[in-house]
Amino acid sequence: MAFLKKVGFFWGGIVVSLVIFAVVQFLLSNGTLDLFYENTLVYMAINIILAVSLHLIIGITGQFSIGHAGFLAVGAYASAIITMKLELPFPLALLVGGIVAALAGFVIGFPSLRLRGDYLAIATLGFGEIVRIAFLNVDYVGGASGMMVEHFTTWPWVFGCMLVTILVILNFTRSTHGRACISIREDETAADAMGINTTYYKVLAFMIGAFFAGVAGGLFAHNFYIIQPSNFGFLKSFDILIFVVLGGLGSLSGAVISAILLTVISAFLQDYPETRMIIYSLVLIIVMLYRPRGLMGTKEITSLFSRKKKSKGGAKDGQSETVA
Amino acid sequence: MEYVQQLVNGISVGSIYALIALGYTMVYGIVKLINFAHGDVFMVGSFVGFYSITVLHLPFVAALLVSMVVCAIFGMLIERIAYKPLRNATRIAALITAIGVSLLIEYGFIYVRGAQLEAYPRDVLPDFKINLFGAEIESQAILILGVSIALMILLQFIVHKTKMGKSMRAVSYDAEAAQLMGINVNRTISYTFAIGSALAGAAGVIFGVYYTKIEPLMGIIPGLKAFVAAVLGGIGILPGAMVGGLLLGVIESFVSAIGFSLWRDGAAFIVLILILVFMPSGLFGKNRREKV
Repeated sequence: MAFLKKVGFFWGGIVVSLVIFAVVQFLLSNGTLDLFYENTLVYMAINIILAVSLHLIIGITGQFSIGHAGFLAVGAYASAIITMKLELPFPLALLVGGIVAALAGFVIGFPSLRLRGDYLAIATLGFGEIVRIAFLNVDYVGGASGMMVEHFTTWPWVFGCMLVTILVILNFTRSTHGRACISIREDETAADAMGINTTYYKVLAFMIGAFFAGVAGGLFAHNFYIIQPSNFGFLKSFDILIFVVLGGLGSLSGAVISAILLTVISAFLQDYPETRMIIYSLVLIIVMLYRPRGLMGTKEITSLFSRKKKSKGGAKDGQSETVA
Repeated sequence: MEYVQQLVNGISVGSIYALIALGYTMVYGIVKLINFAHGDVFMVGSFVGFYSITVLHLPFVAALLVSMVVCAIFGMLIERIAYKPLRNATRIAALITAIGVSLLIEYGFIYVRGAQLEAYPRDVLPDFKINLFGAEIESQAILILGVSIALMILLQFIVHKTKMGKSMRAVSYDAEAAQLMGINVNRTISYTFAIGSALAGAAGVIFGVYYTKIEPLMGIIPGLKAFVAAVLGGIGILPGAMVGGLLLGVIESFVSAIGFSLWRDGAAFIVLILILVFMPSGLFGKNRREKV
């Protein structure tokens, strides 16, 4: 029965998301949703990929990384080189962007073995800045003036990538490997003592997170016609960080919900960048002061439904009646 | 003689980093928090100095003092409002709050004042040059070094000779035990933020006089680099922050001197990662094993 329920959630989720995809696709081809909405939707999907990939690193494995824009930049430039310089097809570019970013994740994940907490945060921030400055100094990719990229990113592509990202990370979290990562988050020393190879899992989490950030980078690059190093400054990293923090450290659905919410908010505040940043910073501070676990905590949206069902079957749970 | 010139430039920049790094390292030593907003206190100090000189027509030394006082109060306010409720929260929660405070100060400042540049007047200080071993040393460079050294000596005096300094050292060693000995921990933390912020304010004014141009986002990069300097010297150790700051300034100057001027900003972060990987406790730090 429990197995059936799990399968039900899984396939139910896929069916629901396919329905959403079909409806949006219909509205787009119908012309009901204009270019502004299409851009916002594409941007939203990219943000969801970024939020979910960072969620694996921070929320599941507990490695506080604030250099996620670095992986995004690596993926963006790698995929842009594939399509624009080598003139290879777009899907290959996405894959290469992901793989190169995963290699970068390996490089930054490795020092993270020796660092914890604040030090790791600063090291990843430094990594993000080094990546940005490196692209600034390479003439092959246009230096500070940036690189022209053709527009390939369409709604089906971003949606497909988003779905794959969510499914892979969801299933990874539920597997043995995911449980090992969660144990590292809860207590690294204890996890080590229980025979979990913490080094391996930390690097693995970094690589998977970086891979999907790289794919997002590929989508990002082929959406905006031009990529510049200044797109990937550490404010971009904070943008991604706030999705995860607001959604709840450790909640995938929380990360998705806050990515959707904040993308909509920032789309409407596009003309007032200062107001947007003030709102973002106030959200960060207030959430940390009054609800430090984020909106969802470590709960998922599906657990809300299953709890409701439990309370319905009140006969079994005699104790709750006496207390109430 | 090119190298002597670069050394002088490096020491001038480095002493600004050192002043900011002292605040980072003091705060980290006591509350174990990377105060991301520290770079923005530096920015605020710079603007306070600018307005004291241009609007109130104060001389340099008075502007420096005004800026230090305003920043000290500002730093204490930040601590009271944003960090104090998080005293017992997780480290990550505190870090995220610090990032939020930093963004709030930057963009709140832009919202109120606008993002335009401001230029310090050129005639704040007498302008002359000294010739030393063939290198031209500007009077500003001497001023930077002089003020920095004076402030560092003052800080050493406060930390080692006064009662307040004694309580600061006690709290950073063991906050709980210090409280049991009758030390007011909250007040000590406030003092620490005040002193660190005052130093950042002074650094802001000196920065303005030396580099002329100031803007609301100017605190980000020097703030991060000062943090690198603090890590380089061993975080929580005052002489470490001074040496780390000066060393980082000199490294940067030499990186741009050998023709990699665009990589200048990257050099600090490469130094940071190398230090964290090979010497996580910094140049002056002792390696302590983590207890379970």
